[in-house]
Amino acid sequence: MSTLSAPGKVELAALGSVSAEAREAGHATLRRLLRLRWGVGAGAVLLLIVATSVFAGWIAPHDPLAVDIRHRLTPPAWMEGGTTENLLGTDQVGRDLLARMIYGGRVSLLVGITAVLMSATIGVMLGLGAGYFGGNVDWTIMTGVNVMLTFPFVLLALAVIAVLGPGLANMILVLGVAGWPIYARVVRAETLAIREREFVLAGRALGMSHARLVFRQILPNLVSVIVVIATLQVAQVIILESFLSFLGLGIQPPTPAWGNMLGEGRLYMLNSWWIATFPGLAIFVTTLVINLMGNALRDWLDPHLKL
Amino acid sequence: MRRYIARQLVQLVVVVLGISVLAFAILHVLGDPVLLLLPQNAGKEEFERYHRLLGLDRPLYVQYWKFLSRAVVGDFGKSWYADTPAFKLVVERMPPTIYLTFSGLLVALLIALPLGTVAALKRHSWVDSLCTAVAVAGQAMPLFWLGIMLIIVFAVRLRALPASGYGTWQHFLMPAFCLGAALAPITMRLVRSGVIEVMNMEFIKTARAKGVAEPMVVVKHAFRNACIPVITVLGLQFGQLLGGAIITETVFAWPGVATLTVESIRNQDFPVVQCAVILLALLIVGVNLVVDVLVGLIDPRIRAA
Repeated sequence: MSTLSAPGKVELAALGSVSAEAREAGHATLRRLLRLRWGVGAGAVLLLIVATSVFAGWIAPHDPLAVDIRHRLTPPAWMEGGTTENLLGTDQVGRDLLARMIYGGRVSLLVGITAVLMSATIGVMLGLGAGYFGGNVDWTIMTGVNVMLTFPFVLLALAVIAVLGPGLANMILVLGVAGWPIYARVVRAETLAIREREFVLAGRALGMSHARLVFRQILPNLVSVIVVIATLQVAQVIILESFLSFLGLGIQPPTPAWGNMLGEGRLYMLNSWWIATFPGLAIFVTTLVINLMGNALRDWLDPHLKL
Repeated sequence: MRRYIARQLVQLVVVVLGISVLAFAILHVLGDPVLLLLPQNAGKEEFERYHRLLGLDRPLYVQYWKFLSRAVVGDFGKSWYADTPAFKLVVERMPPTIYLTFSGLLVALLIALPLGTVAALKRHSWVDSLCTAVAVAGQAMPLFWLGIMLIIVFAVRLRALPASGYGTWQHFLMPAFCLGAALAPITMRLVRSGVIEVMNMEFIKTARAKGVAEPMVVVKHAFRNACIPVITVLGLQFGQLLGGAIITETVFAWPGVATLTVESIRNQDFPVVQCAVILLALLIVGVNLVVDVLVGLIDPRIRAA
């Protein structure tokens, strides 16, 4: 990627007219501010989604598992045949779609956050090790990264689920264990650079242990990078989780999850489009606001960070 | 150049070995094939008999060596479900997956090249803002949901296109668009930043100074050079593209490797899953190698790195 961001670019731009450059800089600042504002807005929406999932028991208008065959496949309230009783309509066995969507958020957020915590921990440890020790340790870990990055994440998750069997715990495990390479790669590159800085050399001269150098001197400098990647990864994990559930390999029905609702809704899309549409919309909005927040976070923490 | 290719080949061998270890470990370390093969109520003696029969009582490295030496000649064992060699089943399903992948790539390029170039040339214009918006939305869009929405609109409501299946060019439209839409955002950003960078280069100034017409400058001088990073990154993204093809296949019931893999997982047909995983990974590694060599040929600076 280094060819993309050659430092020569800036100097070449300086040859152009000064006013154009100043305008460019002004635009950049404006863009940054705009993105931060977007980020705050996105954060507010995300907070709302988290709150509805956490307090689902109080907010949801119905029991998400309550079957009501007489009112099956009711369209949303604004359509002909819809009632205000079921604002977003009901599914194939008459369960309230809105209630299931609110509860479904729990699964996505839980899987997203726990899996990311797991993979970030593994990836950061390996990345620190590879970058700090170099040599054979580095070679082994980076080969592992290359192997893992060659596999499409989806394929790996499918293969492991095939052996372990579907379910919430297995899915968190798969997504948590398989997601580490991206952290390892970035943390390694950063560690390589920081390792040579004066304060680390000074620490070493003072006789600090490896552990102290790595965790107290190097790691604190990497926190913002890790936070940004982790935020963006939560969105990726949520999409993947819902895909596995969509295939019937993740969260099993009747437990509501956006993915398996979408999978069930697919069978009824000929006449009842709403069953598949709304859960997908929920996934889309959630990942969108997480991405926006991640981008804003990146600009706020370190505008030069390129990921 | 020869050393460059040799170095790439060594790396390739290491990665392929790593993949084989991973594919082996998933079945033999994480799980127990016999557990998947026998019914749950089978007795202890049955389990042990099958363990011996399949050679699972031997040390892991012996089992791995056996697995590897067979896999090299394309022997992944028989499907537990269909009584055909797993290799044959997977290879038969390969072409549709490859066609889908490349038509997705084509769609992505058709969207990304013009939009990215215009966005770069007219920075901060409405086209540029539109591109940013599309890119942000595109990256958050779950591919399988987009596919279903397309089916609902174009197959169910408008009855314009077949909802699923394979055969005619109409069958290609929705899956290819779906996959292309997933790849377009990142491609667009690459094209944009590539063109912006190249347009600031000295040789563009030279071209302009000697009076080359502006469209010519863009097409002949800027565009070609901007393509190098795009090719590199797209080549490296091939795995992700194939991952997207897997998702797309399952939505449109496309008769490719991914659909076969998901079916095989449902049937607990592990030899087929293993074979599919390895062959797809090999395909990715192969494409990456070709791209690396191609880029090395085009751009001597990379060879040296």
